[in-house]
Amino acid sequence: MNDFMLQFLLTIDATFRVATPLILCAMAGMFSERSGIIDISLEGKLLAGAFVAATVATTTGSAWLGILCAILASVGFALVHGFACITHRGNQVVSGLAINILASGLTVTIAIALFHQGGQTPPLGRSERFTPLEWPLVETLNQIPAVGSIYRELISGHNLITYIALLAVPVSAFIFYRTRFGLRLRAVGELPQAVDSAGVSVAWLRYRAVIIAGILCGIAGAYLSTAQGAGFVREMSAGKGYIALAAVIFGKWRPYPAFFACLLFGFLEASSARLQGVEIPLIGEAPTQLMLALPYIMVVVLLAGFIGKANPPAAIGQPYVK
Amino acid sequence: MAIKTGKGDVETTSPFAIELQNVCKSFGRVQANRNISLAVENAAIHGIVGENGAGKSTLMNILFGLHSADSGSILIDGKPVEIRSSADAISLGIGMVHQHFMLVPNFTVLENIMLGREGDMLLKDGIASTMRELEELETEYGMQVNPHAKVEDLPVGTRQRIEIIKAIRGGARILILDEPTGVLTPQETDSLFAILRALRARGVTIILITHKLAEIMAITDSVSIIRDGKIVGSRETSKTNSGELAELMVGREVLLRVEKNAASTGETRLSVNGLGLSSNDGQPLLTEITFDLRAGEILGVAGVAGNGQSELMEVFAGMRTFDTGQMEILGDQIDSKHPKHPDSMRKTGLGHIPEDRHQHGLVLNFEASENLVFGFHHTELTGNGLLMDQKSIRSHAETMIERFDVRPANPDLPAKNFSGGNQQKLVIAREMNAEPKVLIVGQPTRGVDIGAIEFIHKQLVALRDKGCAILLVSVELDEILALSDRIMVMNEGRIVGVLDSADATERRIGLMMAGIAKEEAA
Repeated sequence: MNDFMLQFLLTIDATFRVATPLILCAMAGMFSERSGIIDISLEGKLLAGAFVAATVATTTGSAWLGILCAILASVGFALVHGFACITHRGNQVVSGLAINILASGLTVTIAIALFHQGGQTPPLGRSERFTPLEWPLVETLNQIPAVGSIYRELISGHNLITYIALLAVPVSAFIFYRTRFGLRLRAVGELPQAVDSAGVSVAWLRYRAVIIAGILCGIAGAYLSTAQGAGFVREMSAGKGYIALAAVIFGKWRPYPAFFACLLFGFLEASSARLQGVEIPLIGEAPTQLMLALPYIMVVVLLAGFIGKANPPAAIGQPYVK
Repeated sequence: MAIKTGKGDVETTSPFAIELQNVCKSFGRVQANRNISLAVENAAIHGIVGENGAGKSTLMNILFGLHSADSGSILIDGKPVEIRSSADAISLGIGMVHQHFMLVPNFTVLENIMLGREGDMLLKDGIASTMRELEELETEYGMQVNPHAKVEDLPVGTRQRIEIIKAIRGGARILILDEPTGVLTPQETDSLFAILRALRARGVTIILITHKLAEIMAITDSVSIIRDGKIVGSRETSKTNSGELAELMVGREVLLRVEKNAASTGETRLSVNGLGLSSNDGQPLLTEITFDLRAGEILGVAGVAGNGQSELMEVFAGMRTFDTGQMEILGDQIDSKHPKHPDSMRKTGLGHIPEDRHQHGLVLNFEASENLVFGFHHTELTGNGLLMDQKSIRSHAETMIERFDVRPANPDLPAKNFSGGNQQKLVIAREMNAEPKVLIVGQPTRGVDIGAIEFIHKQLVALRDKGCAILLVSVELDEILALSDRIMVMNEGRIVGVLDSADATERRIGLMMAGIAKEEAA
């Protein structure tokens, strides 16, 4: 019983670890898409952020400088996307794809040029990474049976960025539904003409949205290479940006449902890692490949079958022309 | 003179609230406004009439800062001003109610009204002050709205009221309304006019853009007429009449009444019995539709847009299958188990002039000649072989263009390069040339200028006199009244009643459009 409980807690703990970049990217996508800009480039910004964070961290020895530069790089890509889609009214999907391809190629090329390690950065030392934060009183509370292990595994011992991701959800929801900026942001994604005729700049609102998306993706990227991992590996984003986008859609462009979608995808990934080689009644030993593919398969199944009536922002994907 | 406004009293010396001097605006090679000069007196209702594309909306968008003029100047209360954005216009006390509502459908009324003037970052003051203003407006003008209702759930008349509140809140002294009555029932139009009169009495200057001459005559103090981007005349409303205004708009004498003889009706060609249709999520769209359409008559279908007329037309055209009931068209039985494809409908002898010519009537990027043979690709028009007979298609196009007076007379021009009226003539030419026995017509003159309206109406009456059975769906009540032999009124997907045109008055149909039964509406 206790063992099962511990296994469960560990899986949930892993869920948060795996879901952190998904949550940050999903909130990023939410800001962008709620303003009417399709953000397929979450993936590219995430990858660029991961690469820059690891590179700067290994060069300067500072994880903090790494995350800062990751944010700058990601915002840079976001501004390119914004410039193409907002100022020049380009096709948002094409621009996003271009950024993803650019990030995928550029990171590896620069990594080879800088480090000569086949597109990786050197492994990061402890001081160059964000390490788990141990909360106070873990040892004391550990004496208490259930509460102790919950506190130890679930509440304490996560990475700083995981706490930031968890905080990003209520903060995003607050911004969307309780602030002037949020009201205008939602309006500009639904009917930009209304915003324009109310005397508010459509372009500036959308630029602010993509910049926020850039910041969040940069943090998520730094998490991949300097918190969860210890260094950059080529293509280390591995479709997480797309899964986050799927979570935004599955959550119908609302912060909390998208958050739970991220947790669901994270849980699938975490449990697939745990279920490898485990005997499942009736099925036998689960094939590793199938378990690894499970989160991606679930994305397809959920999006195709269970989303119901999606209500995307009405003006999404349409450049604003007066 | 002093004007009472929400921002306190403002002393002005000029008798004119708005003066435009030599305003010019071009879009590429098209001159939308040429040297427009206009002066509107304080606390007056000034009408601007003109055909579609004459440049009315462009002019108002310049005044509201959505477009910037190439040259010319704008004076507000006698002072020259620069209006570079709608924010500038709003701060000068100008409010605008756009033709297409600027309301976010899934926002509440309150959120929509606040948008752009929310007060502080966290909305607290904004919400409080907006609620206070709403209460004031309600007591002052009787404009009642529920601030927490979602806009998408509200009827069009209410949505427009919200637009007006949005425009005048914060004490706007100048209100521009662009085609405000297009979507309203006559009763809603009356209550709009009552609000406008109340605003005028409190010193608000109003500019009303419309193409409906009756409204100009009913409510304005003065009127300017725009043709081809130029002001061709300004009149005091009391010293002019509809005939003169129409002539100025078109540049020639126009027949405002449709001349037609009494109908001589023949056999029943379309018979509908208990037809019902629901949307995918189970909402009833059409309920218990039963009527007959006979040869040689025009049956008008009146109703506010969105009360089932579109679905009804799609059912008849074969574009949509229905759930319950039967219909018989030219002797063929159709029900939900035996639907009929648009192509076989057409072969049976049905013509369809769709409501939305851009969506269903034309392929805008294709040439006029190609558009004129759509749906007739297996007839002698295009040659019956494997290849299309380009010569025959072209000569057919030339004949049609001449017969239906399409301008410019160029069959190679893509459909999108024709004006609204000429696009409509292309659709009408294609459908009428097939000599249909039943013709379904939707909004035949939407976005069409007065000259072309006259032509299209004559064509419809001529087709009727040849014995065609015509079902005419239109949101323009004038059009229904002018053309129909019988009038069927729809509300929320049901037939409210059918009137002989002799018994129909605008008032009675208006009440029926709001769902009041035929007998009570008498």
